[in-house]
Amino acid sequence: MNATVRVSVVALFCLAAAACAKKQEVKPPPPEAPTTATAPATTEGAFTPADLQTNACLRTRVIYFDFDKSDIQSQFNNIIACHAKYLRDRPMARMTLEGNTDERGTREYNLGLGERRGNAVSSALEAAGASADQIKVVSYGEERPVCREHDESCWHQNRRVNIVYTTE
Amino acid sequence: MRMPKILLALTLTLLAVLFATQAGAQGLTVQIVNGVPSAIPITVVPFGQQGSGPASPVDIAQIVGMDLNRCGKFRTLPTSETVESPTTGSQIKFATWQQLKQDYIVVGRTTYDGGALKADFELWDVNKQQQLLGLSITGQGSDLRRVAHQIADQIYQKIIGVRGAFDTRIAYVTMVGLGDNAQYALVVADSDGYNPQTVVRSHEALLSPAWSPNGQELAYVSFESGNSAIYIQNIATGARRVVSARAGINGAPRFAPDGKRLAVSLSFQGNPEIYTMDLATGALTRLTHNLAIDTEPRWTPDGANVVFTSDRSGKPQLYQIPASGGAPQRITFQGQYNANASISYDGKKIAMVQGNGNVYRIAVMDRSLGGQETFVSPGNLDDAPSWAPNASMLLYAANEGPRGVLYAVSADGRVRQRLVLGDGDVREPAWGPYRNP
Repeated sequence: MNATVRVSVVALFCLAAAACAKKQEVKPPPPEAPTTATAPATTEGAFTPADLQTNACLRTRVIYFDFDKSDIQSQFNNIIACHAKYLRDRPMARMTLEGNTDERGTREYNLGLGERRGNAVSSALEAAGASADQIKVVSYGEERPVCREHDESCWHQNRRVNIVYTTE
Repeated sequence: MRMPKILLALTLTLLAVLFATQAGAQGLTVQIVNGVPSAIPITVVPFGQQGSGPASPVDIAQIVGMDLNRCGKFRTLPTSETVESPTTGSQIKFATWQQLKQDYIVVGRTTYDGGALKADFELWDVNKQQQLLGLSITGQGSDLRRVAHQIADQIYQKIIGVRGAFDTRIAYVTMVGLGDNAQYALVVADSDGYNPQTVVRSHEALLSPAWSPNGQELAYVSFESGNSAIYIQNIATGARRVVSARAGINGAPRFAPDGKRLAVSLSFQGNPEIYTMDLATGALTRLTHNLAIDTEPRWTPDGANVVFTSDRSGKPQLYQIPASGGAPQRITFQGQYNANASISYDGKKIAMVQGNGNVYRIAVMDRSLGGQETFVSPGNLDDAPSWAPNASMLLYAANEGPRGVLYAVSADGRVRQRLVLGDGDVREPAWGPYRNP
């Protein structure tokens, strides 16, 4: 998958999330800046905090999962790679991985499932060179949906890990 | 879908009064979804007034009648068909009630002095023309509806032979608003949804309320600190303490039957495991050792075992483990997904969320009948079953369109009653213990 296609896929995800979020009166994510839409993900040189705002890959902070699954789909490997590189480049940087599920099943079990997803992302980041003490995992289970319809179009948006930088 | 019009009208009138007097409170409305023709016919005649004091501010007979209807075992005569109004046993003309095909009749009188309410009532067998009960029950101040619930409990016990559970309380979580504007509240109310009292409010999720055996405290999970943490709060005083705010998940608290320990699910050692916590010392005993998600611990009534949810076999299923530790045994084998157990007071029935495909319903497994299972809810996203202390009824959470609602359903699944919050979601029901053990 080349960079342009990859960015398009990412943009689609963002659009879908924004559309749903808007309908549900939840703050939409910041719009994609057109100047970065075609910029290739930086693979050389050290990341700086400014890249969190401008680099298309680093700006992607959501990883989606299949139902009842916590393995990371290959389409998100590049997202893992660039965030791992950021953590490597900036040892003082810290992030919280917020694990989420869709509404199906029980609330307490879903807390466990959300944590499992957060841990899966954490492990992948560590495998790519990030340090465990840079990463904290919090599970919200099904308690923080971005979308509230009772169907798959909504559920797939809720089965996610949000990457939140607490120290850039 | 049969609800006598007069009853409906009365319900609505009562609700209007409720909302007028408790503006802003999270009142629940009661709707009978369906009825059982085989239920026992009983008439509760409007109570007379005794003495020169003011009229009773609550309609005792109406509340008693609604209680008896709700549990599915009785069918009350609509007030419009209550052709005579005896208030003492000596005034009952049995031929009238026999003609109306009533098995039982309840008559009574209230005395109200502006503070205390005294209700004298009698329960009579219509066919035998025999008095079964003659009692006087007194209530104070804000708790006048309890007088009616206690009368209903006495009638239930006399006729059914099992202690009534109308004079109990329920806890549940409400959510109003979305996203950053979400407001959660943990609420305690009477078993019929009246007298809601907010125990705690939060801008972050609240879940898994659990009653202490004496009914004075609630354990629950709150995300107010940014992560899950377990709190125990005194309902009357509001005093609370954090009992677990470790790294990872702090979830699924349940008091042991002796009230001295709390079973919890904690992930600070890597993944969710079942622990028991000594509430006096805070010391933890780890029960499970597995890479699976182990959560939702429930004590068996004798305190000897803990039933919990685990996905160690792939999908979530229920397991049982000795409370002192040992080897877990799987206990559910029907359905792809079984979780969130509620165990009846006698240990015989386990209600659970059973998922098949995208449909999640409440199933009841009867361990005394070789694990026979029946569904008591229609789905599709039902959760959180909670037995009444006499196992006559269950509360559970359901989704109806965009909103969460609670249902109370008879143990056989034949009568369901919807409890709807005026505005927003209601979820995570927990039926409390008897109020006078």
